[in-house]
Amino acid sequence: MAEREKVAHLLRRATLGPTAEQVDQAERAGYAATVETLLRPPTADRGAAATPMPTFATDPYQGLGKGASREEKQKAKQARRAQVQQLTQWWVDRMIAAEHQLTEKLVFFWHGHWATSVQKVDVAQLMAAQQEVFRRDGRGDFGVMVKAMLRDAALIHWLDGQRNTRKAPNENLARELMELFTLGIGAYTEADVKGAARALTGWTIDRTTGRAAFVPGRFDDGEKTVLGQTGHFGADELAGIILAQPAAAHFVPARLWFRFASGEPMPAGAAERLGRAFAERDVTALVRALLLDEEFAATGGQLVKQPVEWLVGAARQLGIDARSAGEKRKQLYQGLNRLDQVPFRPPSVGGWPSGTAWLTTFSTQTRLQLSQALAAGASAAAVDRLQAAPASGRPDALARLLVVDAWTDRTRAILADNAKDVRKLIMLGLVSPEYAVQ
Amino acid sequence: MDQLTRRRFLIASGVVGGAALAAGATALTLNEILATSGDRPTGAKTLVVITLYGGNDGLNTVIPYADPAYGSARAELAYDAADVLKLDDTTGLNPGMKGLRDLFGRQKLAIVRGVGYPKPNRSHFRSMDIWQTANPDRPTTTGWLGRWLDTAGGDPRLAVSFEKVLPPLLAGEKSAGAVVGVADAKLPKGMNAKLLGDFGTPVAGEKPLQARAAECFADLVRVQELVAEVKEAAADEDDTGEADAPKATGTGGLAGLQAQLDLVAQCLEANVATRAFSVSLGGFDTHADERQLQQTLLGYLDRGVTAFLQRISSTPAGKDVVVLIYSEFGRRVKANASDGTDHGTASNVLILGDSIKGGIYGEQPSLTDLDDGDLKFSTDFRDVYASALARVLGADPGQSLGGWKGTLPWWV
Repeated sequence: MAEREKVAHLLRRATLGPTAEQVDQAERAGYAATVETLLRPPTADRGAAATPMPTFATDPYQGLGKGASREEKQKAKQARRAQVQQLTQWWVDRMIAAEHQLTEKLVFFWHGHWATSVQKVDVAQLMAAQQEVFRRDGRGDFGVMVKAMLRDAALIHWLDGQRNTRKAPNENLARELMELFTLGIGAYTEADVKGAARALTGWTIDRTTGRAAFVPGRFDDGEKTVLGQTGHFGADELAGIILAQPAAAHFVPARLWFRFASGEPMPAGAAERLGRAFAERDVTALVRALLLDEEFAATGGQLVKQPVEWLVGAARQLGIDARSAGEKRKQLYQGLNRLDQVPFRPPSVGGWPSGTAWLTTFSTQTRLQLSQALAAGASAAAVDRLQAAPASGRPDALARLLVVDAWTDRTRAILADNAKDVRKLIMLGLVSPEYAVQ
Repeated sequence: MDQLTRRRFLIASGVVGGAALAAGATALTLNEILATSGDRPTGAKTLVVITLYGGNDGLNTVIPYADPAYGSARAELAYDAADVLKLDDTTGLNPGMKGLRDLFGRQKLAIVRGVGYPKPNRSHFRSMDIWQTANPDRPTTTGWLGRWLDTAGGDPRLAVSFEKVLPPLLAGEKSAGAVVGVADAKLPKGMNAKLLGDFGTPVAGEKPLQARAAECFADLVRVQELVAEVKEAAADEDDTGEADAPKATGTGGLAGLQAQLDLVAQCLEANVATRAFSVSLGGFDTHADERQLQQTLLGYLDRGVTAFLQRISSTPAGKDVVVLIYSEFGRRVKANASDGTDHGTASNVLILGDSIKGGIYGEQPSLTDLDDGDLKFSTDFRDVYASALARVLGADPGQSLGGWKGTLPWWV
């Protein structure tokens, strides 16, 4: 495989959509150096600086007294929705604008991993605070992240942890912690779930601040047994016990493989290598090992772009700045809704679907409509670049723009037939089967 | 990723495994299903399976209100005898289920108590996998209705889902049921059927996912003509899906049960060839403040099913429709401190229809003699499926259920 194809593959997977210039630069720098730059960007992120996360001083519900009227409650509800919408649009803007793309992609990965939905949590501040955990701890010690998440108000709310008392533990958080977040099914027993639920008692949500708080009186300080360990432990000790399990060395690597490399089973050799790289539970070491693994290079075409990746990638490649797009921005946002992937709203505790689940007639049609809006919003620079090529060379110019390695003869013929109308050409490229996968 | 973990992800993601995954689900339009009108053998019955995602609490659905252990285990969560819709001296329905109570009174509702399987699994995803594949022993890539479809010739129009993705239930070894799209068929300017067809042309050597993306275009060519009712149903679904969505941890499944059942009714009215429909209602993953939430959801279910049966009762196919309602597990007997319940085991299966001999069947599991806090099952869920295969689909149950021999003795 040519070096350009190798780095293009790397960048398609490690970013939310590489531009042609980024591929050029990576080709010059070489594969290994590009991996290091992705993991440890040498310069500050100007794109992120230009898209600061909105801050919400208060939850509109917090100001309501006990005797609030129906109208007041209705108003607070609308204010909450507006905040959530503002936060969601901000995140899409940030994904488009950010220079530290692997950082952004990992934040999105962790969101899908912990799969907390604002549909139940309701409060924009809590979702924003959870994202801060992903940004702060998402590239370091996974154990630190787990401990932070066990006191994250949004996750606690999502899985009913605030209702977990010594008298009768609520098992929702304890079970999903082991099944979906750290160990995987089969690596623990029902007795472990019960013990873990007791260890998580005491953590609740402070009604005045909306933040997680530890209330010692609610904590079950009795002896419990989880995964073979017995003691009077609480949340932090529980996290330690779980992460010391052999299964913990393989679960997150498998999920990372599933989202960054392939929907096909991970080859045994790669599983072993990634498990070893994750021995210290260091996420950056794991991601580095994944991106450098020899099996990773062979996974081209084995992932379907998730709607967010498809949309954000297109916006980046076409030079669309969503913030100045006015009505278009709303249209794009609604497009994600129709494609069934709205940030902050995963459909279930299992996270978003993958693979062929995104390839339906319904999604194909929605992408057609969205691609029209994207093509219409393409920057003058992107359009000029295609215009500059002779009509016969435009399919190749489009492949470069959209970082597609090669068109099939089928698609090349379609593009050649429509090369005169550059915006239509862009639209056809965005909906092509070649662009749907990565 | 080992096979089990991978499978788990696929199921959690609503994607099926194995042969059906490689083949992709067939996407058909309502029109194409409607076009099979007249293909239906005379007297053929129809099965409508309703999946309740999230683990519906069976004890607060079909309530053993006279058992003192019920009230004492659940305190705030228990319903008072006075609020229960009484079916007899010991058992009643959730107050949200007035329509189903009336159907019970007319002997159209059969309640099977204590349905489960050996060594119950309390993971939403694994247990739903077990219920849909009908294999409690090991992960399987085919669903029980998908295997039936294989034996019935594999025409995807025989088994139809109105969810956006194919449920594992309908995935067969050689074939899979159809996912019927309800998209608005409008194409952007400059796109036409020829272009769609061109994109849908297969290319030799193309990677499977890319080939599947191309196939979607070929399917889309057929999606262009859609009946107006479908658009209306889709619009309704958008409304119900958002505004009143209950606050439970999501475990999959769509809201808009009513919209899905309306589509089923439309198909039945047109006397289509489809023999099995799969629809779903999500949101049952209630661990806290469960009572009101569950009652709201059971209210959706009650209104949806009652209106559906009412609507189809006037069609020739209507009297031969059997509705089967299940969830991946019930809940623990004892409430947790959040006025909710945690993942449990055995629960009720509801079977409805004109041809059904209504009543209460199966042994009520003891509320005090428990399996680690959970109800012990008294009826294997495969008995229910076997009866549905034999009595509704006219098939040999053993072929789809790995030789399973049991059936429900009362369902004849």
